[in-house]
Amino acid sequence: MGIRFDSVTVAYDGNVVLDSLDLTVEPGEVMALLGPSGSGKTTALRAVAGFVRPVSGRVLLGGRDVTDLPPYQRGIGMVVQQYALFPHMRVDENVAFGLKARRTAKSETRQRVAQALEMTGMAAYARRHPRELSGGQQQRVAIARALAIRPDVLLLDEPLSALDAQLRSGMLAELARLHRELPDVSMLYVTHDQVEALTLADRIAVMDKARLQACGTPKELYRSPADEFTASFVGGANLVPVTVGRAGVSFAGAELKVDTSGVLAGARATLCVRPHLVGLGEGPNRLVGTVTEIQWRGATHRLYVEVDGHSVMADLRELKDPPSLGDVVALHFASDDAVLLPAGVSHG
Amino acid sequence: MADTARNTRVVGGWSRPSGGSHRSGTAPRSSGTLLWALPPVAALALFFLYPLALVVQQSFQPDSGGTSLQPYTDVFASDAFRHALWTTVWLAAASTVGCLVLGFLLALVIAFVPFPGAKAVSRFIDVFLSFPSFLITLSLLFIYGSVGMANGAWTDLTGAASGPFQFLTTPWGVLLAEVTYFTPFVMRPLLAAFSQLDTAQLEAASSLGARAPRIVRQVILPEALPALAAGGSLVLVLCLNEFGIVLFTGAKGVTTLPMLVYSKAILESDYPGACVVAVVNVLISVGLYSLYRVVSRRAGA
Repeated sequence: MGIRFDSVTVAYDGNVVLDSLDLTVEPGEVMALLGPSGSGKTTALRAVAGFVRPVSGRVLLGGRDVTDLPPYQRGIGMVVQQYALFPHMRVDENVAFGLKARRTAKSETRQRVAQALEMTGMAAYARRHPRELSGGQQQRVAIARALAIRPDVLLLDEPLSALDAQLRSGMLAELARLHRELPDVSMLYVTHDQVEALTLADRIAVMDKARLQACGTPKELYRSPADEFTASFVGGANLVPVTVGRAGVSFAGAELKVDTSGVLAGARATLCVRPHLVGLGEGPNRLVGTVTEIQWRGATHRLYVEVDGHSVMADLRELKDPPSLGDVVALHFASDDAVLLPAGVSHG
Repeated sequence: MADTARNTRVVGGWSRPSGGSHRSGTAPRSSGTLLWALPPVAALALFFLYPLALVVQQSFQPDSGGTSLQPYTDVFASDAFRHALWTTVWLAAASTVGCLVLGFLLALVIAFVPFPGAKAVSRFIDVFLSFPSFLITLSLLFIYGSVGMANGAWTDLTGAASGPFQFLTTPWGVLLAEVTYFTPFVMRPLLAAFSQLDTAQLEAASSLGARAPRIVRQVILPEALPALAAGGSLVLVLCLNEFGIVLFTGAKGVTTLPMLVYSKAILESDYPGACVVAVVNVLISVGLYSLYRVVSRRAGA
């Protein structure tokens, strides 16, 4: 069952927190809503769940208009950051809650609880109480509870944000496996973590300031972002203001060869290069600047180099002999690793 | 995966400070700390324990002189005492049940139904707790008393000699007054517990298909139990010892233990008898309180 937002606007006391969202999640698709806090992504999810009422627009589930339905009639599975398990119920009772609310037969309830716990690897913990479980285990129970009612739509609101980094990557793999095992379940996955979105989602909807900024597959958004916000939020990027010439762009007095097709010569634009695609030393598309900061990150060094008043980041495989602060260094990048974006905030 | 439970939540907002019991025992207690403990203990003994001891002592000294169980056998044998004991217990129990039901429903509305002025109502409950109990009875007298507003309107309209509202001088009048006055004592801990309740749990229950009654029964009520137990036991003990409300309703047929103490001591000058009733009253209160402590500790509250 797919999800469709049809010009959905949500406002509290005249304060618009979601501005005319148009978005379609195909049946069986994982759509990540990615954005900083206050971008409206959680509001969008809550509008699907039925916890906020849009002031205008419709929410459709599988072609059915559910805008006016209360949450308990929508048949949606929901998993939130803080698990929200019922503390006085055992794990199996938590998972059975939704089935009991639907008056499912006892034998079937038992079978489906066992199945859901099996699927999330929590079968051995059925008789425990939530307080006896770790955060990761509690989140598995919450997922089992949401899946037990066999929803067609699963809403995940920052499900991994309360877990530590190591658990998070493990759970991410678990969620990907669940998605493969349940190919018909559409998932709406709200996160501010681009790694989670890139790893898990079929498509990513980038949100900022209550609006949808861009929507596309992870590769599209990463390789050829459409605007500065998407470029920097998905993957991180060097964004420098340039002037477009005939066969390239000019920046800080240097001529850089990049693909300028589709952009008028003489126009202002933003050059976007991913930090890990920037090399140290001489090469084509050369930028010269002063090292202002060096961060050692284990496998890589990150250099911050000031080029004509603009900070350029370079992620380099761990350097045997890293430059010192204040050294003048040359950076370079390949022409086809750069993307030209419409001029935005980086132009000041 | 590490099995440590990192997110233990305090159910219903009641918890015992975990470090409290470690303090004593390890550090050697100096004479200085004992000196500090002396004034409060002395004050407690002088103003509380000594009079209590006097009451107990008096209860064993019949007017005929000497020390004997005679006052107890006399009092226990009297119909007035048995009647008062029964009235006290059932009135207190019924009031407590009434307060719990009414308090739970009102607290639910205030905490979970968003309406303008919910905060103001919640604050008014704090103020209400500071009112003297007879004030409520007095206001009920103004409304339902034999010459109160309701009966006055009735007699004016129909020309009848008396109005239909005569229940205030019956046990039901006392029950109404006690429920009215003591309900906020249940609501206060409940509202505190509700404010601690994770709204995400209510939303999760709702999206799993549960309607409001099921959510109240299976999610909210279990987490409110410690608060209900705390408020309920407080109200029970207060009702057992309530004097002002019973006195002010002017219900002649309603004699509770505190009323019996009053009438024996002041009206009949039967001090040993009054002390016996007082001792029984204290024992019931302390007994119920200990029972509550045992039960609540077993429930892990």
